This record gives sequence, structure tokens and C-alpha cells, in this order.
Amino acid sequence: MTQTNDGKCGCCCGIDLTRVKEIISECGTKENCLIPILQKVQDEYRYLPEEAMALIAEKLGISPATVFGVATFYAQFSLDPKGKYIIKVCNGTACHVRGNKTIIDAIRNRIGLEAQSGTTSDMMYTLETVSCLGACSLAPAVIINDKVYGTMNPTKMVAAIDELE
Amino acid sequence: MSIGKITSVQDLNNIKAKVTAALKAERVRLLLCCGNGCAASGADDVYKAFEEKLAAKGVDFKVEVFDEKSVALSSTGCQGLCQYGPLLHVVFGDKTYFYVKVTPDDVDEIIDTTVKDEKIVERLLFKDPKTGKAYVTKNEIPFYANQKPNLMTGCGVIDSRSLEEYIGQDGYQGIAKILGTDRKDVCKEVLDSGLRGRGGGGFPTGRKWMFTEMAKGEKKYVVCNGDEGDPGAFMDGAVMEGYAHALLEGMIIAGYAVGADEGYIYVRAEYPRAIKSLRRAIAQCEECGLLGKNIMGSDFNFEIHIKEGAGAFVCGEETALIHSIEGQRGMPSPKPPFPANSGLWGKPTLINNVETYANVPNIIRNGAAWFRSYGTETSPGTKTFSVTGEVVNTGLIEIPMGTTIKKVVYDIGGGTRNAGKEFKAVQIGGPSGACLTKDHLDVQLDYDALKKVGAMVGSGGLVVLDESTCMVKVARFFMGFTQSESCGKCVLCREGTKRMLEILDKILAGEGELKDLDVLEDLALTVRDGSLCGLGKTAPNPVLSTLKYFRDEYVAHIVDKKCPAGQCDTFKTYSIDPEKCKGCGMCAKKCPVNAISGEVKSPYTIDASKCIKCGACADTCKFGAVKF
Repeated sequence: MTQTNDGKCGCCCGIDLTRVKEIISECGTKENCLIPILQKVQDEYRYLPEEAMALIAEKLGISPATVFGVATFYAQFSLDPKGKYIIKVCNGTACHVRGNKTIIDAIRNRIGLEAQSGTTSDMMYTLETVSCLGACSLAPAVIINDKVYGTMNPTKMVAAIDELE
Repeated sequence: MSIGKITSVQDLNNIKAKVTAALKAERVRLLLCCGNGCAASGADDVYKAFEEKLAAKGVDFKVEVFDEKSVALSSTGCQGLCQYGPLLHVVFGDKTYFYVKVTPDDVDEIIDTTVKDEKIVERLLFKDPKTGKAYVTKNEIPFYANQKPNLMTGCGVIDSRSLEEYIGQDGYQGIAKILGTDRKDVCKEVLDSGLRGRGGGGFPTGRKWMFTEMAKGEKKYVVCNGDEGDPGAFMDGAVMEGYAHALLEGMIIAGYAVGADEGYIYVRAEYPRAIKSLRRAIAQCEECGLLGKNIMGSDFNFEIHIKEGAGAFVCGEETALIHSIEGQRGMPSPKPPFPANSGLWGKPTLINNVETYANVPNIIRNGAAWFRSYGTETSPGTKTFSVTGEVVNTGLIEIPMGTTIKKVVYDIGGGTRNAGKEFKAVQIGGPSGACLTKDHLDVQLDYDALKKVGAMVGSGGLVVLDESTCMVKVARFFMGFTQSESCGKCVLCREGTKRMLEILDKILAGEGELKDLDVLEDLALTVRDGSLCGLGKTAPNPVLSTLKYFRDEYVAHIVDKKCPAGQCDTFKTYSIDPEKCKGCGMCAKKCPVNAISGEVKSPYTIDASKCIKCGACADTCKFGAVKF
């Protein structure tokens, strides 16, 4: 792929790939470095830009299909940009039993999201359900960015989101 | 203060003596639980408040055990009773107090009353929610009194950040004991202990070690499976977070026993605190020569790396986990070859779960016979379980194998938590496990007894369900989980779980037919028999067990179009009884979607098109006016 001198991708997307290159040189180019590289790129960009995946494939000497295959296999990776606040509702057994469905509905209603999960059009919120967070004693549990909220109910949930803004 | 290089048992003994003396010289130690559960309830803020306010009040306190100060502030791993967190265990020599639900606002009073004057802050004591009885010390509380902590003795007692305090509890003596001995003897000791895989399979650990030890090859690996993916289970996370050194010691012993010089810990991405704690512990060990080249001055070399998972349940399967470490999609491979012969990068690999390794140091230090003195003949030792769901006390427990379900649910868990709702079932073993009924309350929690009733220990998640839980929904929940986590390699797992899920959805939508149950059962058995790995083989268990023990609930959904537990949204609509409604407006205030409207002092109404059926109105109404 072509790149301009300022590190930006040569195509029309205009994504700065400088950090991707730095991450690759930090992690190394062996095949087992692929997942750590993808994790760091996702931390940096909040998703995996296609251009970044193509660059990683080139540097690691593997096919773009292999990189794409790994990226789509693991739930942690996202191919779409995420919102400012990432709301992860735990979908473990205890959270399910104690009614996480009502929490999800309250969040969707509050942030104005039609779908069961996804990102709002203003790129403010991303709603996801995730596997057990290990806070089962405090079910239902929700994580917003890195903060854990335990023993949630719809009213407390809406209040917690209100506080973010 | 650095403890320097450790090269002999004498060095360990010296550190232990210093720790003992330092602890004895303290007047008071504040053990604040900063485990995952308490952290979610704000333990980190409480810790910060203690740091700030102790300093502001001129109390000279220490964090490092060797500092010569009389007040110690300690951040521990999981203390168990997560539901009442943040937990604070205050120790004055032999006298102890146990505080629950501590907030930053309580810190001033705790410092003035307890730290300075050694008096109790009554309002922070644990009170039994059923009897109202208050308990001063931790061990008097029935939740703790009925447990037997062997593995978790240290977790919750020592500062999880301190290598010195772990050594103070005889930590790393296990390594000192085995270095220079025949490695076959180490494998045999583990075999003799009867320790079985704590990840769920229950395979004899010692035998796994022997296979890997006997495998030919210069290069071997030791892998720790910390991909605790079972929803409802968090004990491995607690060990990695709060008692990381026990895991490292177990892995180092394993490395010596099988002849490996490199280890990997595969930790799931959802456990950032565990990853942080493990990184710190590894760095501490490297610094004092417990990891790296020439461990404790011997010719044994061993290093440990951390591999962060990326969110795939199937990576808990050992061959899938190995592929994931190699940087590939985490898909299982057929066995044989077993990892013991051909694992990571094709080399002989020993793979055990977190709790299994963490049990090893105690076995090596105290001997196989000691371990066998707990538990049953075929399932020796103790096991941690996470008790959650509709039970009074939720948290992490450790009990001898063979304890009955009844003891766990009632004596430790305190029975069901919702007034008037009877115990209905216990879901054990996560998505691979089963739902057991009140007829099974006397079943012992061990590998063989559970297998007999169609369940399994799994990693130890134990979710208590009461009458308000719909068993068809529970089955649907697990099916949804395994369906989305199926890696897609085996057709029967990929397609079969999808079809099973569709049938369950159809029943829950009120469109089920009786013949669906036969198809469901048929599919379940086919998926079980036709899948390669544990995920597919056990995926139908929740459906099979609910069909077996709660068939009447399925029938009620299909024939009567009713949910006996009253939980399924399809079969209920919320409305307000105008006769009973006093027009207080509380329900409208609580409604998260503004579906309730009306004027004060006249009956309110619910807009069914907006209602999300969360039940907040029914819970709020004091007059019982909300019907569903």
C-alpha cells in the first residue's frame, strides 16, 4: 500500500498510521505478536481501521485475510469506530437472572438507540453486551469506559448516564 | 525496601522471621478488600480516603510491611462476601472487627473510633438480614464459619501487592523443597494428592504432569489457563488478582517437575486488575531471583509471560487457547495429539487452570496426605465456588469437596433473598453445566456425584434461582451464549445450537408446539455427540437438564401460553388498577422510560407502547395497584 511522507495512509481515508508502525516495532513481527498488536491498535484508535490491518499484514508477512480472520474472531475487536462512552452491560448468568434486560432497554431508551447494541449516530455512546465481568456478586453489573457500576436498576442506570454529560 | 536475591531456604526463613516480627510490632492493621467485587462497589475510593485522612489526622501509617510504624493500611484480594463490599477487616493482634459496605464517608469515624481508640463502629458491622444479629468478627459470621479456606487463606489476609507477606506465609518454600530433587517425585506427589483439574474437567493433575514429564523434547512449556469465561464464575480472577504469588509458585513447581523453562499465563481481557497484579508479581519474582536464570541459585531456569485474551469463550478449551497464544483464531483441534505431547508450537505443553496451579504450593509444602485429609476419596481437597443469583449472601467461598448443595445454599448462602420466593434450582457449571432442583439439595459437590445427576463442577460457578426465574429463559440464555461463542468449526455445534436457539425463542414468543420439545431433545443429543471440543459437547446440557427436571414449564409456555414464573414479557402486560391507585405518582417518577402518566390524586395509566416491562412501577407501588 502507498503512504505519504507524513505517515498518513495514501488512499482517501486520511488515517494517520504512524502509531500503528510504532506499535509494530514495539511488539515485534512474529506471528504470535498479531493479537497484542491488534489490541494496542484498538486501544489507540478505538477500533481497527482497515488500512491499519493491511499495514500489519504487510509488516508481519501474513495475508490480510489472516489478520481479518483473527480480528473478526475475537469479540474484543471492532471494525467500526466506537462512541465516546462505551457502555458494556454484563451478560453473565447472575446479571441475566437479576434482570439485565431491563437495564439494556433503559439505556437504549436513554441514549436513543434503536438496535440492541451499537453506536449512536452522534458517536457519543456505544452499547455492548459482554461476557461475564466477574462482578457476579453485584449483579447486574455495567462498565462505562473503565468504571464498574454494581447492583444496577433502570433508574440508577439512567442517573449514571446523566452524570456522564 | 528491597529483599535482595533469594538463594536458599535460609533466605526465605529470614524474610519470614522479619515479616512475623514486623506484624507483631504493629498495633493495628486495616485489611481493605480491593478485589473485583469490592472495587465495583468503590473500594479504590475508600483506600484513597484512608490514605488522605490518615495523613490529615496525623496518623503515621505504613503500606510496606517492613516500615516501623504501628498502623498498617493493606489492600487485599477478595475476602469473599462481595455483596457487602467494600469490606474492611481490622486486626489488633488477636482482636478483630469486620466492617461491611464501607464508604469514603465512613473513613473519618473509623479512624477516630477504631484506629485511634480501638472501639467498634456498630453501624458498620455485618447484620444478618434475616435475624438482625450483628457480628463483630469475621469468622463468627455463618457465611465464613461454614467454609474451609486452604487455598484462600492468604487471599484476603495479606496485602495482594506484597511478595514479602506471601513469603511470610511460607510462600515459595515449595520451590526450595523441590529444587535438587528428582522431578518424577514431584509429579508423583501431585498424583498422590489426588488433585483434579479445577477448570471443570476433573482430570487427575498428577497424571497430566507425568505425561508431559515423559514426553520427549528439549523444549517444553507450562501454560496456565486463566481464561475464566464461564458466566457466573470469578474465582480464578480472584486468585490472579489477590493471590498471584500462589499461582506463580505453582507454575514454577510445575515447570521444574515437567522440565520446562518457559510459562504462559493466558488471562481473559475482561480482567484488567488480574493482569496488573500478575505483572507486578512477576516483576517482583524476577528481581529477587525466584524467576529467571538459576532460580534460588540452582541450575533451574524459568520465565513466565502474560498473554491477554481478546474475548472468545472457546479459548478456555486447551487446544484453542494454545492457538490463540500462537496468534491465530482460537479454534480447537482434534485430540490426540494431546498438548502433553504436542502443544504450544508443537512442543510438549502442560496446561492447567489457575486454581489447580494455586493449590500446588500447599500440596508440596504440606504433603499429599494433608491434601487428602479434605474432601472425598475421589475428589480430595477444597474447591472455590462463586455463589451468586437469588441468594442472601453472594460471594466467593471455599469448601471441602463433597459438601452438599444444601449447605452451600442455606448455611453459607443464607437461603433465598427475595421474601416469599422459594428456592427453585441451582445452576452449576456455567454453560456446560446443568440446573439441579430441590430434590438434589443433598447431592455432594464433587466431580463424580455431580456427573451422576447430569451436571458438572465446571469452574465452580453456582447460581441460585428462585421461583421468579423462568427455566425456559435460563435454557435460552445459555443456548444464546454458546451459540454466539461457537467457533464455527463443527457443523453440529455451529448449526445445531442455532436451531436449538430458534426453537427456544419460538417457545418464549408463545408460538411453540409440543413436537418442538422432541426436536429440541433430538438436536441436543446430536450436538453433544457430534462436536469436537468441550464447548459443543456440553452446550446442550442446560437444555437437557431443564427439559428433564422442568418439562412442565416448557409445556406451560406451549400449551397454556403462560410463564409459571411470571418472568416472560410476552405473556404479561403491566396495567394500573384504578380502584387501588391513590394517585401518588411514585410509579411515574420511577419509570425509566416515562411510560406512566396521570394527575396527582387520580389514577395513573401506563402507555403499553412505551412500557419496557421492567417492573420498576410494581416494585415501587405501596398499594399493590400495578397488575401484570
